[in-house]
Amino acid sequence: MVMIEGGPFRHDADPNTATAPRGVGHLRGDVAFPTAARAALTDSQLRRNIGKATGTIRAKRADVVAEVADWEQLREAGRACKAATMARLPELLVQLEERVVAAGGTVHWARDAVEANAIVVDLVRATGSDEVVKVKSMATQEIGLNEALAEAGIAALETDLAELIVQLGDDTPSHILVPAIHRNRAEIREIFLREMPGVDPELTDEPRRLAMAARTHLRRRFLSARVGVSGANFAVAETGTLSVVESEGNGRMCLTLPDTLITVMGIEKIVPTWRDLEVFLQLLPRSSTGERMNPYTSMWTGVHPGDGPQDVHLVLLDNGRTATLADEVGRQALACIRCSACLNVCPVYERTGGHAYGSVYPGPIGAILSPQLTGIADNASLPFASSLCGACYDVCPVKINIPEVLVHLRARHVEERRASRTVPNAEELSMAAVGWVMAEPRRYAAAQRAARAGRMLAGGRGRIRSLPPPLSAWTASRDLPAPPTETFRDWWARTHADDDRSDHTSRASSSDSGRHTS
Amino acid sequence: MSARDDVLARVRRALATDEPSIGDVPRTYRQRGDRPPGDPALIDLFVERLTDYRAHARRTTTDDVAGHVARAISEGLDQPGRDRHAPPRIVVPSGLPTNWLSATDADVIPDAGLTVDELDACDGVVTAASVAIAETGTIVLDGESDQGRRAISLVPDLHVCVVRTDQIVETVPEGVARLDPGRPLTWISGPSATSDIELDRVEGVHGPRTLHVVLLDG
Amino acid sequence: MQIALFVTCLADTIFPDVGMATVRLLERLGHRVVFPTAQTCCGQMHVNTGYQREAIPLVRRYVDGFEPFDVIVAPSGSCIGSIRHQHAMVARNFGDDALAARAERVAERSYELSELLVDVLGVTDVGAHFPHRVTYHPTCHSLRMLRVGDRPLQLLRAVAGIDFVELADADECCGFGGTFALKNADVSTAMLADKMRNVLSTDAEYAAASDASCLMQIGGGLSRLRTGVRTVHLAQVLAGTVDRPWEVASWS
Repeated sequence: MVMIEGGPFRHDADPNTATAPRGVGHLRGDVAFPTAARAALTDSQLRRNIGKATGTIRAKRADVVAEVADWEQLREAGRACKAATMARLPELLVQLEERVVAAGGTVHWARDAVEANAIVVDLVRATGSDEVVKVKSMATQEIGLNEALAEAGIAALETDLAELIVQLGDDTPSHILVPAIHRNRAEIREIFLREMPGVDPELTDEPRRLAMAARTHLRRRFLSARVGVSGANFAVAETGTLSVVESEGNGRMCLTLPDTLITVMGIEKIVPTWRDLEVFLQLLPRSSTGERMNPYTSMWTGVHPGDGPQDVHLVLLDNGRTATLADEVGRQALACIRCSACLNVCPVYERTGGHAYGSVYPGPIGAILSPQLTGIADNASLPFASSLCGACYDVCPVKINIPEVLVHLRARHVEERRASRTVPNAEELSMAAVGWVMAEPRRYAAAQRAARAGRMLAGGRGRIRSLPPPLSAWTASRDLPAPPTETFRDWWARTHADDDRSDHTSRASSSDSGRHTS
Repeated sequence: MSARDDVLARVRRALATDEPSIGDVPRTYRQRGDRPPGDPALIDLFVERLTDYRAHARRTTTDDVAGHVARAISEGLDQPGRDRHAPPRIVVPSGLPTNWLSATDADVIPDAGLTVDELDACDGVVTAASVAIAETGTIVLDGESDQGRRAISLVPDLHVCVVRTDQIVETVPEGVARLDPGRPLTWISGPSATSDIELDRVEGVHGPRTLHVVLLDG
Repeated sequence: MQIALFVTCLADTIFPDVGMATVRLLERLGHRVVFPTAQTCCGQMHVNTGYQREAIPLVRRYVDGFEPFDVIVAPSGSCIGSIRHQHAMVARNFGDDALAARAERVAERSYELSELLVDVLGVTDVGAHFPHRVTYHPTCHSLRMLRVGDRPLQLLRAVAGIDFVELADADECCGFGGTFALKNADVSTAMLADKMRNVLSTDAEYAAASDASCLMQIGGGLSRLRTGVRTVHLAQVLAGTVDRPWEVASWS
């Protein structure tokens, strides 16, 4: 039999793939997921905050999705549209550039985070401003734009309420939609009282009062802002239209009032036609905030004379997206519209929160996106941070088969590690050994007999309470039944011996011998 | 090689190994609703969805539109802490029908390039709309002369929006089809809101905290 | 009908009662069970841990062993899920398109127990008697890979004497996830804790499921905490009758 060496799992070995560079941005954690998760699991406040918030949003999403009779057709259209977009990406990017330029905008291209940050810093410097107001944007979080601006002496003011909470608290985001989901109202009140100049000392933890405090804090800054920085939810190639979907009106402020608008957008955010928005504007709000429609969606096409910013820029960002695109199975992660429904249903995310993932993209989508953007070696624990329960796939509005990609990336990781080392590690040895045993029934039966020796480990009631590593990870919290005195196949041989003969007869007569060659 | 050429070359290389096919997008979802624009059931649905998001809605005819706009302004500004002695300052786009404002006692200020600070000194704004979507409780402004530039419907704290009932479609696809992507578009579904504190929705943040919709029949 | 049993390596080695109950149930319904002795393991653990290369011989073993049969059953949603959704993919990934094509055909004839009973054999009342308070964990792969829906519940509700009680947050994962339970043991345990809390709040004597792996996780936790609640496979609930009750062995 012909076997392709390494199968389809050797992407990082291709010198042409360009992953997101190290040392800039927020795609890599300091510690592996299991270690970070262990700490998070002991944080009772965090567990309560995330559990309560995700429970709330799960119920809201389920309600508004249930009222859409054609939800499955919309999901399929969303999936197909994104797949077609990826297949046509070169021409669509060129078309988008043409249309934006024709409408009076300027388009910039950035290979990675370093280039994108430099482009934005230069554009802000050219305006003479030392402050920018920002709409919440995953792309600018990913590339660490705020830090790059700070180094250049430019203050970046986050205006989304949750981003503001994170920024004031000198914290990091833990959720795609609600970066401060790990904070409850009492903690937010404390942060505001501590960090917000001129805040009302009588501030309560009532959400409405907290939102009003943010309004007062940001109002003057909006009205005097000269430069706005945003991401984009969608970019329509055929028209050059960019779109931002939001709730609070901070987005409208940043997109409308400044003289200069700089939008940083991953190259995968394109949709081919104007009409495609009719699909995504139904899928996104219901999946994301559990609303029929979000309060505000802004759409602009280049410069609109006399209305809004007259100096409009678009920065198209790669930063590992082309490396992701090169993986035939993994590229579906690029269809993500950042709704965060997969986070909210994930039993792992619900218990660890987002920080444990180490990347601005946490949860199930982060577990397949971050390792592809950085190369798997830099985020090797993430594809394993899932029980493969599949809840994420069910709620994904564009039908990204997250469990499939997780399994695929696990194989890529194993194959890449194998290719980079000559001496196998303990896991590789044991997996090879088990595979070898299981491949041959005689070896398998012998191993079962050997396992029966494990009965000696069991206490009087047939339970094993302690095993050596790595199985100690099991017995730390769970018992294991002792292997039984008789396996199923032994019982079968004892009770159905006559059947076995007829079974063989039946097989020989009923099967085509040609089908047996292996 | 420029970054542009390099990124495009990388994209082409990434697709070269398997040349994924460009499938058609199956548009088997609902393209249009069951009811024509302006159908009474649609208007009821639109009102229900608006109020669900704490927007206010009232219905009127051409004869009484000015009275309803005036009442929407006075109710919308009936907030604790507001000085009721000074007449409210209401900005309007240049092309707004003047008869809509004939009953209000507010200072009506036509937008002739007001500065941001001047807009901030306004208590409210009255605009028309371009399209409304019943299922989602959405109104869309497109910068036409009766709607004005985006800033005027953003900075003041009260937005009174007059929607002609024949502008109300049932579904999002019907709404998208009626819009011109070349114009600056603002989709508005209720007053500004946030879910950022414990994913619980509260209305009223940076955009107008109060939204009154006047539905104009005929 | 002749039905080939894929007992699964876990049931064969650790939970033989599950296989025996499946045999007794199907024989009682008048079918002839065959057990191809050349079977071993579906390879799911290897595939889900990234060792697809090592899984290929196991895929081939399954296909070779079960290809001659028209109807194949396994008392495990996740093993059938792997057979249906992973076998052909693994073969194809390593360039064996012929094996992939054969795997697809065998997978079409491979059923999880509740699918076999309800869809193929057309029964929901199997004449079982199980006079106990029972709750049911539907298992992720049965629900979301196989879409068995409420088939197991239809079967359980038809059992005579049963006191069936719904499980809160039933569709949430128990935290097993194969090697996830070892690689991310802490998260796995946190998930298990919530599953156990829901099980205990039902006051059931038995927590049932259709997958020995999930039962090993849930039962492992319930046993460690001496809760007195036992786990039982759907096949065991369905195996007993008034005349011939199925005695659920306490673990081992």
